[in-house]
Amino acid sequence: MTPRITLAVAHRVLIQLRRDRRTSVMLLVLPCLVMSLLWWMFQDKPGFGFGALAPALLALIPFIIMFLVTSVTTLRERTSGTLERLLAMPMGKGDFLVGYALAFGLVAAVQSALAVGLSVWALDLHVQGPVWMLLLVAVVDAVLGSALGLFVSAFARTEFQAVQFMPALVVPQILLCGLFVARDELPPALHTISDLLPLSYAVDAMRKVARDSHPAMWGDLGLVAAFAVAGLVLGALTLRRQSE
Amino acid sequence: MKKSGVEVSGLRVVRGGTEVLHELTFAISPGEVTGLLGPSGCGKTTLMRAIVGVQRIAGGTVLVFGERAGAATLRSRIGYVTQAVSVYDDLTVEENLRFFASVLGIDHGRVPHYIGLVDLDAERGKVVSRLSGGQRSRVSLAVALLGEPELIVLDEPTVGLDPVLRQELWRTFHRLADEGAAVLVSSHVMDEANRCDRLLLMREGRIIADDSPDGLLAKTGAEDIEAAFLDLVAEVAS
Repeated sequence: MTPRITLAVAHRVLIQLRRDRRTSVMLLVLPCLVMSLLWWMFQDKPGFGFGALAPALLALIPFIIMFLVTSVTTLRERTSGTLERLLAMPMGKGDFLVGYALAFGLVAAVQSALAVGLSVWALDLHVQGPVWMLLLVAVVDAVLGSALGLFVSAFARTEFQAVQFMPALVVPQILLCGLFVARDELPPALHTISDLLPLSYAVDAMRKVARDSHPAMWGDLGLVAAFAVAGLVLGALTLRRQSE
Repeated sequence: MKKSGVEVSGLRVVRGGTEVLHELTFAISPGEVTGLLGPSGCGKTTLMRAIVGVQRIAGGTVLVFGERAGAATLRSRIGYVTQAVSVYDDLTVEENLRFFASVLGIDHGRVPHYIGLVDLDAERGKVVSRLSGGQRSRVSLAVALLGEPELIVLDEPTVGLDPVLRQELWRTFHRLADEGAAVLVSSHVMDEANRCDRLLLMREGRIIADDSPDGLLAKTGAEDIEAAFLDLVAEVAS
């Protein structure tokens, strides 16, 4: 890997995003709208509600969005021939993957800063732990989404297929992450499965930060990061310099 | 000792269970423009991919500058243009070249030079998706020329270009060859054959002629390359 090339990839991805104004605006504004909607839903039900669900949602949004954005963008690189061209150049696979992760991690940081800022200061979300920890979890979560998106893009031929991986890989994680039914109240088999899914730990980390003034979230965050790294390694295996 | 360019011997490629290249053996010399001519589907692209090192091969060897095709050390020495326009649609001409220049470690100050080579100075700030088909393929070509590669492999680079521009590009290819590069250009249009120093005629995964245009005409007694090609096909069939 070469820092010059990694940064060039990240820079290029950011230029492409900036050029696509509508996508940029949606990336930044949509999470805020979703948080506002959630807050509004519980307006007439004080107490439980927004405060309990918001941290989980703050973990879900960057993961889902970056999963979709990355799987479609990298699929485009695979089909347009630019990926083959890059792999025929002195570019390491790590440069490509980490470049993407850097760019989307940065976008996720801005995106989450807006959503977290809005939730904490405008929508009155009570966070016991430090606010920066929420942001950190969101960014690692976004990188996880990117890594998985990159990996699954290898198994899709068209954008339609790529988007279908969302209900296949993402929705089960949303269902089992503890948002609907607390994880330890799930049937044992599902509880075990939820223990193997990265999003469960991202949501746990977010909740701990919201609930405790000294949150013990590093273990959870470490696991999410490990899943992200594993995703990138699997992604690297799908980047082939030679094909049949 | 003469510098070796590309040496292919006994090359076999199997795709989807069928052998598409059958025991090809030939060489490409630096300082020459070699034309790879043959009808669509005869295996030109597969052969080019094998030389560039992105095609898995079933047998034989492909050596580029004495190293196995696809070796990491070759990556900055080869420029390859596929038939698909492999550049980013949503970047400008200049942004595309700057990006690939960064990957290759080439100073951004050199970018305008390459834009000039393919005559896109007026379009440098335009987003690629807004360009015409011919202009897009020239952006792709400019990327392949970055950093003066010693082997330039161009898959049908002149398709869809107007005659004036086509002539200019052929001039560029010859200038690159004069500067010492090995240039391999494929085409399914036989009338481009006269612009090459050497010709490889291909049909159904085999090379049926390997000669200079004049040599080929002399050997077959045909009036033009197209007629020579047909003669050779008839000869192989009989």
